[in-house]
Amino acid sequence: MIRMNEVFKEYANGTKALKGVTFELNAGEFAFLVGPSGSGKSTIIKLLVGEIAPSDGEVVVNGQDMDNIKMRKMPYLRRTIGCIFQDFRLIEYKSVYENVAFAMRVIGASNKDIRQRVPYVLELVGLEYKAKARPDELSGGEQQRVAVARALVNNPKLIIADEPTGNLDPARSLEILLLLKKINELGTTVLVVTHEKPLVDQFSQRVIAIDGGRIVSDALDRYYNYESQ
Amino acid sequence: MKVNRNRTFYYLKEGISSIFAHSLMSFASICIIVAFLVIMGTFILLAVNINSLIGDLESENIVLAYVHENLSENDARALEPVILAIPNVTSAVFISREEALQSFIGRYDDTDRYDDVDATWFRHRFAVYVSDVAQIAETQNSLRYIREIATVNANLAIANGLVTFRTVVSWVSVIMVAVLLAISLFIMQNTIKLATFERREEISIMKMVGATNSFIRWPFIVEGFILGLIGALIAYGATWSLYGLASRSVIEFAGFFQLMPLSSNVSVPIFLLYTGIGFGVGVGGSGIALNRYLKV
Repeated sequence: MIRMNEVFKEYANGTKALKGVTFELNAGEFAFLVGPSGSGKSTIIKLLVGEIAPSDGEVVVNGQDMDNIKMRKMPYLRRTIGCIFQDFRLIEYKSVYENVAFAMRVIGASNKDIRQRVPYVLELVGLEYKAKARPDELSGGEQQRVAVARALVNNPKLIIADEPTGNLDPARSLEILLLLKKINELGTTVLVVTHEKPLVDQFSQRVIAIDGGRIVSDALDRYYNYESQ
Repeated sequence: MKVNRNRTFYYLKEGISSIFAHSLMSFASICIIVAFLVIMGTFILLAVNINSLIGDLESENIVLAYVHENLSENDARALEPVILAIPNVTSAVFISREEALQSFIGRYDDTDRYDDVDATWFRHRFAVYVSDVAQIAETQNSLRYIREIATVNANLAIANGLVTFRTVVSWVSVIMVAVLLAISLFIMQNTIKLATFERREEISIMKMVGATNSFIRWPFIVEGFILGLIGALIAYGATWSLYGLASRSVIEFAGFFQLMPLSSNVSVPIFLLYTGIGFGVGVGGSGIALNRYLKV
């Protein structure tokens, strides 16, 4: 599903963000990617969604080698990945329904399919009663659930959540992670990037820790305490 | 086919709803298109009117071809087809000796003094009208080659002056329109950039969920097309309203001169120019401005 093999990334300004990162995430897995600010988490996300290319090494996502992918093929790969971000990234002037339906329109789904699928996904995230609301009428937790619904609506093989709880209180954060876990149990691979130890501790899942551009720990049910190293 | 129809409908719906969703930027874009087209159109109409005025002055600039004294009136009149066969000659009006005499006397108040003047002192002549005043010297030479023509008078100084004036007006018009176009395109490009910048987040979301560049671009194109069309139509209406006002004012303050009427010869090309530029700026501008956000 995801394979990073000896991946290096050096930005144009000389910053070495990744220094030989290697890990694999198999189909159906659920994993946390943890690390302090500037450790290279965001760089990994950008590499996985094709926003940037590695300086060296191999990045494979959903069977596609990201180094060889043509720009015109990129949208089709992105359709197999559901992305969730800390700042929700919803289109402000569209309703909840339209924000979710939008992801289906992108792949050319028919109106009939959209009418069937969107209410189902909204129900899954518990927002069926807010379909007509606009993002600014929702709480942070609700907005993030809309983002989860959007990530989910095209039935992606992989969901990447970049600090999905960064703007939420602990209760809402747990709610979102439980939702992601539920999605994982339905068969979708999930990678959650976070730096919230208490939240990670509540799940007995694989934790990949990165610090200074290197993987420093990759173990089940263990939050790597980079601050004590 | 069904999916394509869905998409087309979606692009139209998105383009139109986006105009209202970003109403302030839409309003600003329309205002700039209108301002630019009205300024450019005004200048073009001014240039067209000056050219028309010069054309009128040029048509008044006749060449006088005097016929030999020994030719009878009938023989002199018979020269008309020969004169008309000369390139650049549009018409030739025969003026007999008697008409020339009356015209001469008519210039003076004290007509009694010319009672003794005989018409034979004058020659039969042709008032020759030309189509291109710049070629008046060549026409004059061609007339001189006609054996029955004794002498030819053309006011070359005025003709050259008019030609120079027209050339200057043409160049100034071209330069002014080019400068206006450049300034307006710069302003327009920045307006579109601003509008697109405001929506960069929306574009990045589209990219994130796997939208192709064309899927992102089409609603913007539809939006640009509609804004361009609205701008062009408002500018067209405003231009002709202003032109009508200007026409009435010119007649009121300078009765000897009037602006060209609003004929289809002028209004249709202006309309096509306006809609062409409106579409070009709206569609092309938004397409170009989008490019920088699509390279992800």
